[in-house]
Amino acid sequence: MSVRRLAPKELQPESFAFTAENLDWAQKTIAKYPAGRQASAVIPLLMRAQEQADGWVSEPAMRYVGEMLGMPPIRVYEIATFYTQFQLLPVGRKAHIQVCGTTPCMLKGAGDLMKVCKHKIHPEPFHLSENGNLSWEEVECAGACVNAPMVQVVRDVYEDLTPEILENIIDAFDRGEHPKVGPQNGRKSSEPVTGLRVLISPELFDGSMVGQGAGLAAAREAIAAREAAAAQPAPVPEPAAAAAPPAPPKSDPAPAKPPVAEAVKAAGEADSNGPAKPN
Amino acid sequence: MAKLIVDDIEVEVPAEYTLLQACEAAGAEIPRFCFHERLSIAGNCRMCLVEVKGGPPKPQASCAMSVRDLRPGPNGEPPVILTKSPMVKKAREGVMEFLLINHPLDCPICDQGGECDLQDQAMAYGVDTSRYAENKRAVEDKYIGPLVKTSMTRCIQCTRCVRFTTEVAGVAELGAIGRGEDMEITTYLEAALSSELQGNVVDLCPVGALTQRPYAYHARPWELVKTESVDVMDAVGSNIRVDTRGREVMRILPRLNEDVNEEWISDKTRYIWDGLKTQRLDRPYVRVGGRLKPASWPEAFAAIAAKVKGVPGNRIGGLVGDLASVEEAFALKQLLTALGSANIDCRQDGAKLDPALGRASYLFNTSIAGIEQADALLIVGANPRLEASVLNARIRKRWLHGNFPIGLVGEPVDLTYAYDYLGAGPDTLTDLAGNGTFAETLKKAERPLILIGQGALSRPDGAAVLALAARLAVSVGAVKEGWNGFSVLHTAAARVGALDVGAVPGAGGLDAVAMTNPGGVDVLFALGADEIDIAPGAFVVYLGTHGDRGAHRADVILPGAAYTEKSGTYVNTEGRAQIANRAAFPPGEAREDWAVLRALSDVLGQRLPFDTLGQLRAALYATHPHLARIDHVEPADVAALVALAAQEGAADRAPFRAAVSQFYLTNPIARASAVMAECSALASSRLAAAAE
Repeated sequence: MSVRRLAPKELQPESFAFTAENLDWAQKTIAKYPAGRQASAVIPLLMRAQEQADGWVSEPAMRYVGEMLGMPPIRVYEIATFYTQFQLLPVGRKAHIQVCGTTPCMLKGAGDLMKVCKHKIHPEPFHLSENGNLSWEEVECAGACVNAPMVQVVRDVYEDLTPEILENIIDAFDRGEHPKVGPQNGRKSSEPVTGLRVLISPELFDGSMVGQGAGLAAAREAIAAREAAAAQPAPVPEPAAAAAPPAPPKSDPAPAKPPVAEAVKAAGEADSNGPAKPN
Repeated sequence: MAKLIVDDIEVEVPAEYTLLQACEAAGAEIPRFCFHERLSIAGNCRMCLVEVKGGPPKPQASCAMSVRDLRPGPNGEPPVILTKSPMVKKAREGVMEFLLINHPLDCPICDQGGECDLQDQAMAYGVDTSRYAENKRAVEDKYIGPLVKTSMTRCIQCTRCVRFTTEVAGVAELGAIGRGEDMEITTYLEAALSSELQGNVVDLCPVGALTQRPYAYHARPWELVKTESVDVMDAVGSNIRVDTRGREVMRILPRLNEDVNEEWISDKTRYIWDGLKTQRLDRPYVRVGGRLKPASWPEAFAAIAAKVKGVPGNRIGGLVGDLASVEEAFALKQLLTALGSANIDCRQDGAKLDPALGRASYLFNTSIAGIEQADALLIVGANPRLEASVLNARIRKRWLHGNFPIGLVGEPVDLTYAYDYLGAGPDTLTDLAGNGTFAETLKKAERPLILIGQGALSRPDGAAVLALAARLAVSVGAVKEGWNGFSVLHTAAARVGALDVGAVPGAGGLDAVAMTNPGGVDVLFALGADEIDIAPGAFVVYLGTHGDRGAHRADVILPGAAYTEKSGTYVNTEGRAQIANRAAFPPGEAREDWAVLRALSDVLGQRLPFDTLGQLRAALYATHPHLARIDHVEPADVAALVALAAQEGAADRAPFRAAVSQFYLTNPIARASAVMAECSALASSRLAAAAE
């Protein structure tokens, strides 16, 4: 962290005002707080102002938000300088890459990602690339440690990065494209890279176990029965609607085989075989 | 009440006390930086750590923990606080070491040196060497106005200044930007502070981060002689301490008086002192051939004697200025009476206040501390923020406590608190006396306060307005047994005292307006009267301190002593007599005003019956015994108000104008001050910007 200052005068826009849509949203947000506590809406409003104005909060925007909430401008200024999530300087027009540098990401190679940023964008954080499209900074934990290392761009996260993938992503942003978000190594969200190995029986998720009460033994029986039936085609077991008052989650826990890239799978196998595990 | 044991001393304190207050009640001294009795609790300096038995096994910030948070022992023993245990000492040493890590070692060039909380407490809790080998933090200095100088590297982020400006002064202009090590105190875009109380942040600052800009590098605290005195910039009578070096006033600081100014003073009070050195009248002058020529005292007296000789008493008049002490007003009145004149007036602005109506009709009867007991307030024709800034802070304090409806009749201005704007002139007041929603509020209130400013009274129909206000006060129950809510807010320090000694026209006498009109009087003794235009014709003898409006008009100038250069009684707006002591000597041949009047009386053949100030005071106290009771408010008889309320009179329709429009330029000393001129220019540019 360093001393944070407002952008110099020549960079500040003349004025700021919410678009009609954002104004409507702002009014709804302010209405969430009790009367006399409108100032509580300052953080969401500043964030929306930042999103509207190319990713940074200008001095007119602070005054505008302050006036909207009946706050003295110094109080808005205090908040905008306190939270590093508010950018006080102009950021890249197309993307501001926030590289997580906290421990898990650091251990998984965030330093290399920053080298990429330094090389492709600007040697210093918070500086625009030559064409003004890009900028970068190091941030503290963005909460995607399982998929380390990662970068965040506005609200999207790009996870499981390698320097090469990040270079591609940066190039894509520079071209004005919007790269696919999420893990970049083919896995789904934060599932194990080796693919699912436990909790994959569909019985666990179709509701047929609910109310059986026998626990593990019943589950084993059901699974054995299914596997036996799998040899010869049999009618699919009825979803026990009567026995299952709460609807079973259908989509959340993924069914059996997720598509896993071969290379990743191999890497995963190697990974899990590394320390000999008693089976 | 809760019982607890502080360092083996058992004390019983109210449960809402903080541990810090409880420790002080037990006589233990607790070091602190961020805590201040009159500000909200921040708890961020951690210097006031104490050990609490039965609490969590860690040092506790005593300012932020309340007595009711403490648990008794297993057998019901009172909670135990240790303030001198090894753990406490070690904890405070740790805090001090961290504070000093980034604090510069520039005490030898720091204006706070010698009166610095950090210096003092480092003597008790500091270690002799630093273990910190890295570079210290440096912070850019901020511009926050012409009065407060910043050296932000010295700041320890106690945020007292931020809390003061937001809570007491009522202008949310200072703030802490950034976070952690990079936290900095500044105003928005480094704009100058707009408060009239901003100088107090210098006193609050425990280190040398905020210092007085005009006083910068002028003196060291240990070379100054401190004199307790009373301020005359407004009618509040703020208690001050005048610090002098040799003949020079170096600075003015507030003195604690809970009943008057608490511990605040306005910027005019604090930064006026450079006006005491410029534009001074240091010798008598006599107008010869249309030009003022330097003269000796005998020459000046001879010129006056020659002029007065043969002039009948009713053609002689006297004006008492706004900075005159009671003794001078009394002496001038005696002199004029001896000369056979009833023409004397202390009301240069033409305020229709008259001691004949009773003392209650011109006092701030509620008393300044009484504002905190009031539960509704109506302000009539006043802008207390400019007319009495410290009193305005008291109103704001009451308003912050909540449940305090405020109505305003007069100019709609920013008073630092919310109010209902009721109207501009006497019409609104008439409506209120009848009915109206705010009249209901006042009636419902148990202790309503009606504050009447000079803006409502210094106009031709002032007497009718005063009667109207009294009628309103009586009708809403503001004047009753145990509560007198009828309060006149004065702007001139001399006014109440002069009214008390009857410095108003006697039977057949002329008032200030009549005396200064063409053909009013032949000889006019102007005792520091600078706020009034005297028409050509009269021979004006000006006894004052500064080459201001009064001196320019004078035919003879007699140099007098300013308020820091004489011992004088001043009665503040609530009727509290206070004595200002002499801190320095008048410049050149200037003399104390009462002595000049005494010498003049001898020349005029009407020798006043006193040779010393003591004799003068004895004579004064014999006729006005309440003035002898220093620092005491003599309650005024409320029957006068009931009689006043019964008076008839038609008020005009013209809106009330504020009595003070230029806060920084209200008297000759302020007009001679370069600092005040700068503040005034800044204030008018701010006003112009706001008008755009």
